[in-house]
Amino acid sequence: MESCKCSTKIRNLTVKKHDGILLHNVSFDVHHGEILALIGRNGAGKTTLLKALLGRIPYTGTVTFIDSAGKPVEQPRIGYVPQNLVFDRTTPVTVADMLCANTSGFPVWLGHKKEKRAHAEKMLTMVGANASLLNKKLGSLSGGEMQRVLLAFALEPKPDLLLLDEPVSAVDRKGIEVFYDLVTSMRREHQMPIILVSHDLSHVEKYATRAVLLDRTVLVSGSVAEVMKTPQVREAFGLKLTGGGKV
Amino acid sequence: MSAVYSLIDTLLPFEWTEFGYMKNALIAVLIITPLFGLVGTMIVNNKMSFFSDALGHSALTGIAIGVLMGIDNYVISMMGFALLFALCISAVMDSGASSADTIIGVFSSTGLALGVVLLSASGGFAKYSGYLIGDILTVQPEEIGLLLIILAAVVIIWVLFFNRYLLTSINADLAASKGIRVRLMEKIFVVIVAVIVTVTIKWVGILIINSLLVLPAAAARNLAKSMRSYHITAILISLFSGVSGLIFSYYWGTAAGGTIVLVAAVLFFLSFFVNRFQGMQNHSL
Repeated sequence: MESCKCSTKIRNLTVKKHDGILLHNVSFDVHHGEILALIGRNGAGKTTLLKALLGRIPYTGTVTFIDSAGKPVEQPRIGYVPQNLVFDRTTPVTVADMLCANTSGFPVWLGHKKEKRAHAEKMLTMVGANASLLNKKLGSLSGGEMQRVLLAFALEPKPDLLLLDEPVSAVDRKGIEVFYDLVTSMRREHQMPIILVSHDLSHVEKYATRAVLLDRTVLVSGSVAEVMKTPQVREAFGLKLTGGGKV
Repeated sequence: MSAVYSLIDTLLPFEWTEFGYMKNALIAVLIITPLFGLVGTMIVNNKMSFFSDALGHSALTGIAIGVLMGIDNYVISMMGFALLFALCISAVMDSGASSADTIIGVFSSTGLALGVVLLSASGGFAKYSGYLIGDILTVQPEEIGLLLIILAAVVIIWVLFFNRYLLTSINADLAASKGIRVRLMEKIFVVIVAVIVTVTIKWVGILIINSLLVLPAAAARNLAKSMRSYHITAILISLFSGVSGLIFSYYWGTAAGGTIVLVAAVLFFLSFFVNRFQGMQNHSL
């Protein structure tokens, strides 16, 4: 089936630190046009896995990226929307500085090229943010505004894999729906492969297409409905599941 | 150089520009201060002011090594040691063994202490104490060429790689997601800082070089509304502090480096209050 083509193949990914094994033989596939939810208890290694995929920590094993035409991608582009972006809130970086630095080689300390600024404006509009954010400093954005800016940043250039790490933890309820609707439309329209890390099982059930339960290795993987029924998920999330997913 | 000297005589027909050493110092200030303003913005962005301070301290050991090896030009031994020192700090920080400020503090103290011990053992520390406060008036015309080359190199790097440095300074993970080799970029940056610090230290001084790197950028940060205004303001503040500090030092008979830093410090506090005032106004709206 076209929609089930592999985008990212993770095989035997192992991360060791001097004080122990953080991830052991993690293997799973992410397909084009699917949101794969990565779930697990705190300390299960979800963020470690994302950092390994970003190349921020050394690992053994292989990660292979394949484009929608089935060809291997040597230098994959990864979009990343972190949980809470840790940055210096007093930094005089505007949204336009950040978005233009991503798309243009022209140094932003000398200014922004008109077409790059217009493109940044277009990206903001696409993710449902107001174009007036361009002149705002990053430190003055609200949680919802920041997540949209980060999404606009992650989507340009179009990523081979989109990583969302608890992307709506600082966003209000209405903003959460808008955010996930956007991500879902990316998945559908651009067949974008997405890994979503979330503690909120109601979001996973509503928006993800497949799920992987991680606890240093893959405990269970499959369709969201299948994974949610397993005793391992019940054990990992305890009472949370008794609400029938409407947590 | 004579063309530049006569240009200074024409544009600035004042008492303080009559002497050759003051002309050389002015030219050096006009090159060093924008250089410091430019690099300082990224030092402050990356919260590396403690790091550049440690590099300044390491210069003392660099001089001592030069003395022991019988090298006439201490810049070579200072630069060699500072590069080793900077990359060692960077490697220890990468290992995550301890917090960054502790690691830098340990290296900084060691660099200073080792320099003092080696210099005092090899013929008296007092001979080299001039490096502590520096003297911009000793700059020679042939050294100005080297400064120009460094300024040109830094401007080229800032044009070619600034955007990557900016994204790295916002968040390393975010930068890595765009394929930026964060560790390599950080290493190149510490090398740039090491080169700038060691080349200019005999004119600016071990004790105040870091102030001159950090103060203009810190003041500009209080006023800036974007990366562009941050850089323009930092360079202007740095230039203004440099030139006016040099003039004040001539008429007051004070050390030029310290006077320049004091002007920059006054500008920092002014910018701080402007920032607070603007913040209060925005709050009351």
